[in-house]
Amino acid sequence: MSPIRKATTHVNQNEGLIFEKSSPGKYAWKLPELDVPEVDPAKALGAAARNDLGNMPEVSEIEVIRHFTRLSTWNYGVDTGMYPLGSCTMKYNPRVNEVASRMEGLAGAHPYQPEKISQGALLIMKVLSKCLIEITGMDAVTLQPAAGAHGELTGILLIRAYLESKGNPRQKILIPDSAHGTNPATAAIAGYAVENLKSNAAGMVDIPSLVAQTNEDVAALMITNPNTLGVFEQEIAKIAEILHAKGALLYMDGANMNALVGKARPGDRGVDVMHMNLHKTFSTPHGGGGPGSGPVACKQILEPFLPVPVIVTRPNDTLAFDYDRPQSIGRVRAFYGNFGMHVRALAYIMANGPDGLRQTTEDAVLNANYIRKKLDGYYDLPYPTPSMHEVVFSDRLQMKNGIRTGDIAKRLIDYGFHPYTVSFPLIVHGALMIEPTESESREELDLLIDAMRSIAEECERDPKLVLEAPHTTRVSRLDEVTAARKPLLRWKPKQQPAAAD
Amino acid sequence: MRYLPKSHAERQSMLREIGLTSIDDLFAPIPADFRVKGDLNLPRAFAESEIVDYFRQRSAENAAGYASFLGAGAYHHYRPVVIDSLISRGEFFTAYTPYQPELAQGTLQAIFEFQTMICELTGMEVANASMYDGSTATPETVMMAARVTGRHGAVVARSVHPEYREVLATYARHQGVPITAAGFLENGRVDLKALEQAVTDETACVLIQSPNFFGTIEDVGAAADIAHRKGALLVVMISEAVSLGIVQPPVAADIVGMEAQSFGVPVGFGGPYAGVIATKEKFVRQMPGRLVGETHDKNGKRAFCLTLTTREQHIRREKATSNICTNQALVALMATIFMTVYGREGLKELAKHNLSKAAYAAGEFGKKANVLFNGAPRFNEFVVQTNEDPKAINDRLLQKKIVGGLPLKKFYPEMGNAALWCCTEMSTRAQIEAVVKEVAQ
Repeated sequence: MSPIRKATTHVNQNEGLIFEKSSPGKYAWKLPELDVPEVDPAKALGAAARNDLGNMPEVSEIEVIRHFTRLSTWNYGVDTGMYPLGSCTMKYNPRVNEVASRMEGLAGAHPYQPEKISQGALLIMKVLSKCLIEITGMDAVTLQPAAGAHGELTGILLIRAYLESKGNPRQKILIPDSAHGTNPATAAIAGYAVENLKSNAAGMVDIPSLVAQTNEDVAALMITNPNTLGVFEQEIAKIAEILHAKGALLYMDGANMNALVGKARPGDRGVDVMHMNLHKTFSTPHGGGGPGSGPVACKQILEPFLPVPVIVTRPNDTLAFDYDRPQSIGRVRAFYGNFGMHVRALAYIMANGPDGLRQTTEDAVLNANYIRKKLDGYYDLPYPTPSMHEVVFSDRLQMKNGIRTGDIAKRLIDYGFHPYTVSFPLIVHGALMIEPTESESREELDLLIDAMRSIAEECERDPKLVLEAPHTTRVSRLDEVTAARKPLLRWKPKQQPAAAD
Repeated sequence: MRYLPKSHAERQSMLREIGLTSIDDLFAPIPADFRVKGDLNLPRAFAESEIVDYFRQRSAENAAGYASFLGAGAYHHYRPVVIDSLISRGEFFTAYTPYQPELAQGTLQAIFEFQTMICELTGMEVANASMYDGSTATPETVMMAARVTGRHGAVVARSVHPEYREVLATYARHQGVPITAAGFLENGRVDLKALEQAVTDETACVLIQSPNFFGTIEDVGAAADIAHRKGALLVVMISEAVSLGIVQPPVAADIVGMEAQSFGVPVGFGGPYAGVIATKEKFVRQMPGRLVGETHDKNGKRAFCLTLTTREQHIRREKATSNICTNQALVALMATIFMTVYGREGLKELAKHNLSKAAYAAGEFGKKANVLFNGAPRFNEFVVQTNEDPKAINDRLLQKKIVGGLPLKKFYPEMGNAALWCCTEMSTRAQIEAVVKEVAQ
């Protein structure tokens, strides 16, 4: 019997590009009768008038439906099965959140409509803010950042503005070598130099290095907790003390808050400012790469610098936006952020309640540790430190057969799973970063464990099978080198003569 | 908790298999005095029906069912129903960034189609997979221009969306990018003379918006000449994407930054939307954001993957072109479906309806009040100066379930009682006439 229990092949439709299905005269739209005089564009716009929309498609409605439905079947989502992409927290996206966010008064609300007819939206933002403050143990929050990296930038700008108000913004941000790439990229955009901070043998911030590197040039440390190894930074309070003693602040990347909600609050142990990813911890859909939402929570000392506007309660008990914030870092985004994600995150918090959120965190950590226990020995565990919500293995044992983490990931596809995160964090050579989240049943976890064990065995018995995987997808491994060397970033009609340049 | 697929017995047996006796053992790495005791102070768990009720109430407080004449970077266009049918497919909606192309060809091909359509519409050669929105695309285009030119300054038209300029200011302050503002003329267009004077040998780019914040279509070619004469790039922002159906694309620009909200995305109290950056092929390696490219698999079959990733933060870290990671993929998919539904002829017709409605409304307003910025073409927005404070007019309109234009004093203190009005294909003649009647009182 095949070791592959979860997946089987089934009919999969081919589908060309939409442009290849197009033919003049087909259409999928109808506008109402124009009830005002029709304007002649040439007359109204003169030279600015446009006549031709080039190769835009012309198709009928059924073709639109079939086209995108067929494309969708080539994807894998959380709805399809376990998606253990470490650090991305691919949890269930509750459908009631979608219903809530599509209600006409919310989805149809214009950001500039008068506050007196925006009280519902303002209340949602206010209540969500209060919940996030309670969950993080911080004092204030902004919902404006559009994603995690955008939240990081907002947080670092708050630190910068605070230090500037003290007379010196300082020059450097310390970043552990296990950090996400967004952290150093963010520090650079905020005008800071990046200084790398070594991890110790346990995979945590090395305290002696931190002491040695923290001085009056350091604005902040950006720490991820639990870090990207899934390890809780136990010395977090001490880390904060070391920084604070030199006048530097502690930024926490909250990408891994799914390990902490309801169990520990960063604000209780010296974190000055942090972001959360509503699309990770708070179940808003990942959507094939976004939208995200990256609220930033901070301590009182940073509150005056929050982006404008902030929500306030007027004396008559109505809610309003306050723009009169002279110390604000300014706007980081137009309007008020990804409001639709705020609605979904609040719906998620309400569905859980405090006990549900705690249980969620416990299950996420339980699932990761269950996988760790069951795969230890089959795969190398580079750091013996206890895991929280995710576990990082390495491909050391498989390397002797020439098999790397990326190969194992591709073979896992044949077993019916989305791969884990490959080759990250960078401090683990050949990392396999597995985050099951709380959304997996024991049955699904056991299927993953069986699949991973079976692949480990295949690595010994039949390396070629693994090296050439996946075998069951509609496309096999891609030529990504050619894609980068000769970038083909848009479709062009075949018969078109070569461009003059 | 109904989202959690485990029984108490299963949890206990899993714990035993790990070799632990209680859940608390799993949290031993967190120092005991750091652990939360008891419940957080949060709303208790709601039933699904209660959640629906709660948000229905919030929706009602937000006053649904109003006719709106607001634009200013967020546009009420009709959203074909197939958009939500299709984006609700779990395979789109619950997937993430297509890092594993063998399992994500659907997302990848849709993005490739998005990039292609944005190129067709903007006249650019390459477009990225999306940015957060138009406002955050603004500083990204300026930083990109600085990398391309090795220069730092930006000359920015005051007729660019004020909030885009505010976001730019937030970023620019720490990038050592001095921003110089160029005003606008009586016809609503950027003052080209002022622009020319402001551009120096240190200018990385000139940044304008067209149609601009007042709805006026800029002379992109003239702005490009000014920028190019001094070796600077021209960046053109587009916040009303439907205009591209009937307005010449900004082909003279070097970089186009765009807000795609008009393409089938709810106004949604300001987000989520989708920004895009498009440019010439020669600048692609300085472009921020994700890119999908066509390639083939090892059997020669056409396939798509993320490409040119060495520009990005997960590889280049502090030397990346941007810190952006998660973008607005599902919203870009909405836009792709919208562009597919309307297509080559429909987008033109849709834009013509917008043009006609706004022209009719501006004509009607002109009989009772002063319509500003004449003498240059406009798309679907126009500015009306009234004797009365526009807030007072809007208060009266609210009684009739109409949301009036945006008072401009907040952004342009010198503009007094001017307000920015927008008409789309959703505006009816009856609504327009009702509004104009209120203005006359």
